[in-house]
Amino acid sequence: MFAEIGHFALVLALAIALVQTFVPLYGAHVRDRGLMAIAVPAAVVQFVCIAAAFMALEQAFIVSDFSIKLVADNSHAAKPLFYKIAGVWGNHEGSMVLWVFILSLFGALVALFGNNLPDALKARVLAVQGSIGVAFLLFILITSNPFIRLDPAPFEGSGLNPLLQDPGLASHPPFLYTGYVGFSMAFSFAVAALIEGKVDASWARWVRPWTLLAWTALTIGIALGSWWAYYTLGWGGYWFWDPVENASLLPWLAGTALLHSAVVLEKRGTLKSWTVLLAILAFSLSLIGTFLVRSGVLTSVHAFATDPRRGFAILIIICLFIGGALSLYAWRAPLLKTGALFAPMSREGALILNNLLLAAATAAVFIGTLYPLLLDSLGGPKISVGPPYFNATFGPIMLPLLFVVPFGPFLAWKRADAAAAAQRLTVAALIALAVGIAAYAVHHRGPWLAPLGIALGAWLIAGSFSETAYRVRLFRIPLEESLKKARHLPRSAWGTALAHAGLGVTLIGIVGVTAWRQEVVTAIPVGGRIEIGGYSLLLKDVRGLVGPNYQATEGVFEVSENGAFLTYMQPQKRFFPVEKQETTKTAIHTNLVSDLYVVIGDRDDEKRWSVRVYYNPLVPLIWIGVVVMGFGGLVSLLDRRLRVGAPAPARSRRLAAAQPAE
Amino acid sequence: MRRFFLALSLLLLMAGHAYAIDPGEALNDPALEGRARAISSELRCLVCQNESIEESHADLAKDLRLLVRKRVLAGDSDQQVLDYVVARYGAFVLLKPPFEPATWALWFGPLGLLICGGLGVFLFFRRPRREAQAPLGADEVEALRRLTGPE
Repeated sequence: MFAEIGHFALVLALAIALVQTFVPLYGAHVRDRGLMAIAVPAAVVQFVCIAAAFMALEQAFIVSDFSIKLVADNSHAAKPLFYKIAGVWGNHEGSMVLWVFILSLFGALVALFGNNLPDALKARVLAVQGSIGVAFLLFILITSNPFIRLDPAPFEGSGLNPLLQDPGLASHPPFLYTGYVGFSMAFSFAVAALIEGKVDASWARWVRPWTLLAWTALTIGIALGSWWAYYTLGWGGYWFWDPVENASLLPWLAGTALLHSAVVLEKRGTLKSWTVLLAILAFSLSLIGTFLVRSGVLTSVHAFATDPRRGFAILIIICLFIGGALSLYAWRAPLLKTGALFAPMSREGALILNNLLLAAATAAVFIGTLYPLLLDSLGGPKISVGPPYFNATFGPIMLPLLFVVPFGPFLAWKRADAAAAAQRLTVAALIALAVGIAAYAVHHRGPWLAPLGIALGAWLIAGSFSETAYRVRLFRIPLEESLKKARHLPRSAWGTALAHAGLGVTLIGIVGVTAWRQEVVTAIPVGGRIEIGGYSLLLKDVRGLVGPNYQATEGVFEVSENGAFLTYMQPQKRFFPVEKQETTKTAIHTNLVSDLYVVIGDRDDEKRWSVRVYYNPLVPLIWIGVVVMGFGGLVSLLDRRLRVGAPAPARSRRLAAAQPAE
Repeated sequence: MRRFFLALSLLLLMAGHAYAIDPGEALNDPALEGRARAISSELRCLVCQNESIEESHADLAKDLRLLVRKRVLAGDSDQQVLDYVVARYGAFVLLKPPFEPATWALWFGPLGLLICGGLGVFLFFRRPRREAQAPLGADEVEALRRLTGPE
């Protein structure tokens, strides 16, 4: 019965979304406050309906109701509860329900907390948001109904892809979708602004928190995905330039550009049409990402659905929204008056450079991902575009960007003194130099470029905090006063420093593991020993195990460092009888600076076990850096001037207005 | 300078340079093995999704890895090995698509966009100023500083 309620709730949500789309839009056009105000309850009720549908689906998975086709196809009674809950989005239909669930959540949040928005803008934003809901609810109901019943119901389900039965991957889609769908907010604001023909600093102030929230979630989502790949796929890679990964990187790059250009718009009232275009592009790339993953155009572990009808439907949705928004843009953007003037060497100029390079990097990933599809569909030769292409195009664009990042915050608005900025970065440059030399001293046998990469990472970290140090006058006034100043620094300044520094931390991780990784691939009998990176591993035992829904072969390694016992490591090879699939469960010992990574394989005829051991120096920094970046986003989000929705107390608002922003 | 950046980025972004080789596959000579790996990471595993033969556990990938090593041992240059594999499996096997008319847009696209964007930014700064802006005088700067505080 819950399934029928869920199905009905989805239909009801569609009807409400239709009302939410057309009534407020018309109301804003004829300036009727009553009609405009309908947007708020509509958005809230739409969310409640979709939440009910989502809960109904959760209920079906949790109690293993195999009379529902989706549950029978994707679940199994013996599956642990956590994966039953996460199993809802481990398939096409359920993941689309999660998509609209998050979409309507964003809509409801704007409806409830957007009290400071002008009525007409709020009505139009919610109307655009409603129209996205209409499209995807229709898509779900027509092509991907999750509530279809089976009669007779099978006795047991056919299980979930074992690769997806993992805590990292199970929590990856909600973050990723919060990011993807979060950009719909920026999109709705952009389209609403184009309809009104007005974009100003306050518009940017309303858009920024939503973009920041989406960006932070997407950052964490991408990190979870790459971390999962690292420990699951069994050879320690963390980024493969797989089209599905690129699909999440594209909106991230565009969203990063949008965050920066929105700052210019907010502080200086210029770059209006460019910022609006970026807002449209960021969500368009999210939609294209959804299309790539959901249509089955690319078959990979992620694309569990290969139904051309669905791909075609998403393609139509994409064309409608992207085409519609861009046409509106072409028509209305000339209305947006260019704002204040500024010199090329200025904060504005630096942020334009940031946007130029990020846009080019986005283009490199976009072209590389879609070119083989395009060429194939035009009847051209079949080609593969893999990591070597992205290394040759994306890399050279991003490197100069990384190098100039620390300069940005030191440049003044309107007209800046580059020499003064460089001078304030002297300490950071010296730190970077020292770190580079130290890296060379330790690893002079490795690739000679690696110490330079490490130095670049150190430059990013030291440079990012140089600005904070400068602003709190560290070491130039008594430490106590510096600390006091640090407490009063706007949170957004801390957020900027953290996000930029996180980039440096990630870079150091990438360089370290690329340049100095060690590996041993060998076959050893029980009692055999492997030496790597200062560690010694003794294969003590290999035994069989039975898990909740799998059987495993587990190797027990006794690890010692410098002759002293350190830990046991137990890599497994798992067999899932229901799904008839094998997976590797790697064993990783980390000290947060380097990883020891062990994988066990098959036994050969001479009773020797094939074993792969990797020593991955600095690799944890990749994800630590991304988490720092995401934390920076969160800190920025808590800045009182950007606090999502909640109206700030009058006093602090006045204070905030009196303070220059950054 | 450009070559330096290219080399640095190659190094930095050889993302997850992954090794899937089985015991006994590796060549004893580390120099030859290094070359074999560099070649392998440019070849696509044809039965996998977007994996190089270096990363894949598929049997075909293993066969190709052994083939690459055989050719390297036989004294082929890197290019000869790649040509040998392409002759058998087609250009689809190359993860770095060849430079030919059909891929010009692929290779020039990002750079072209960067140049066009750069040109756009240049024109943006060159657009006619609506009002001539005289630089602030020293007294004005001082007055401004007093008003806005030390920031």
